[in-house]
Amino acid sequence: MSWGGKTEKLIAPLGFTILLLLLWEVVCRAFSIPQMILPTATETFAALWTFRAVIFDNALVTLWTTVVGFGLAIVVGVALGIGIGWHRAIYSAVYPILVAFNSIPKVAVVPVLILWFGLGAMPAILTAFLISFFPIIVNVATGLATVEPELEDVLRALGAKKMQIMRKVGIPRSLPHFFGSLKVAITLAFVGAVVAETAGASKGLGKLMLDAQAAFQVPVVFACLIVLSVLGILLYAVTALVERRYTGWAFRSQQNL
Amino acid sequence: MESFVSLNDVSLSYGGEQGLLAVSGLSMSVRKGEFAAVVGPSGCGKSTLMKLTTGLVRPQKGQIAVDGKRVFGPISIVGMAFQNPSLLPWRTTLDNIMLPLEIVEPHRQRLGRHRDEYVAKAESVLELVGLKGFGAKFPWQLSGGMQQRSNLCRALIHDPALLMLDEPFGALDAFTREELWGVIRDLHAAKGFTVILVTHDLREAVYLADRVFVMSARPGRVIQERTIDFARPRPIDLIYKAEFNEIVHELREKIAEARADAVAYEPAPS
Repeated sequence: MSWGGKTEKLIAPLGFTILLLLLWEVVCRAFSIPQMILPTATETFAALWTFRAVIFDNALVTLWTTVVGFGLAIVVGVALGIGIGWHRAIYSAVYPILVAFNSIPKVAVVPVLILWFGLGAMPAILTAFLISFFPIIVNVATGLATVEPELEDVLRALGAKKMQIMRKVGIPRSLPHFFGSLKVAITLAFVGAVVAETAGASKGLGKLMLDAQAAFQVPVVFACLIVLSVLGILLYAVTALVERRYTGWAFRSQQNL
Repeated sequence: MESFVSLNDVSLSYGGEQGLLAVSGLSMSVRKGEFAAVVGPSGCGKSTLMKLTTGLVRPQKGQIAVDGKRVFGPISIVGMAFQNPSLLPWRTTLDNIMLPLEIVEPHRQRLGRHRDEYVAKAESVLELVGLKGFGAKFPWQLSGGMQQRSNLCRALIHDPALLMLDEPFGALDAFTREELWGVIRDLHAAKGFTVILVTHDLREAVYLADRVFVMSARPGRVIQERTIDFARPRPIDLIYKAEFNEIVHELREKIAEARADAVAYEPAPS
């Protein structure tokens, strides 16, 4: 990597983050903002260190519920997406219901889930799933629907069955859409899990923040926020990496030929 | 006269019996090994002709036969190429060309164990169209003309007895198009398959074909057959000869008439 590339890829974002943290610290001190409103950056990081064990425990729970919910979303999203992309009739039957369902704010569903499943991990997992499966369905279906009609004719004339066209063309064609949707879905699943934990759970970062807030431990609340954002970045980065690995051909414009 | 492809009084309307009539009373017959070109005003059902002949759509009326057998569904002895090369960007050119082999029997069964043999075959087809050594490249690394050559290779890989071409050179620049005329001319001479070329380029039709069929405006049917008896192999500068241009003009007039009729019958274009 050249010096210019290094600056752009590493030093620029890192420098900007440090600058923001400094700004946070300076503003808090300069205006003597009370800790109850906004703790300083140093107080926040101190809290993060002091309560690292309990934060780590709860972060693991949140991570776990997110990933399980996300996994469910992939399975259901891909199955429904293929179904919808497969046939117009299935599309017409299922799509309106999906849109209607998707427009329900998932926060409103959490109390129902808690009613059904109690204060365990289940409501968080299901919320993560419910909030994140829609973009996967839409994108898989779109990918399948964008198979060139000419190519479909070429293959059908050769006697290809619908299944073969799907396997050889439709599914590979929809992979970039699928992985693109995973990046959106993982972020949503994470939001869903935390929202559910905040509404009522026995463990998880959302629950921890709620407890810390009730105990006026504002630095802990902010420490949790930082952990949440770091986890969010990590989850996003992993899916983005998987995407690059499997659909490099779709990023050809960014490659040097 | 022994015909390889025959359409007999074929009618088809999209959207059922009362729908839009695409072709009506369409009859034509193409001999084995013949190079036939179909020209006509736009929207005359040329693409419908492709789909009918390859069994992708069933006519409501009339019979279609290819190689002595009635066509009731897809026929695998056909290779098709369209204007859009539609190569798969995640496959190399070689893998793209070999795609039909993964579908058509008996190749599908044999491909696993005899892969080397098929790769050699694909490479030889690439060489035929002047793409030797480009098999490992991805389609998006090829120029438009090279992609269209690969498209031809894909249509030819399973040794089809009938090659159906739907404006395959329409999107190319004039020089590349002439080059590819040469390619398809030589392939036809070497392999002896039957070709049906659908095009709106009259010079292309006259240069390549043994016979040109002129179709009427929608609903399409054949209104004229013109035998082109220039000696083969035809040099490319044939297209600048007076006799050549006379035929082109003659066909052009016929199509202009067909278009004028269409305008007269159809005051409001849909």
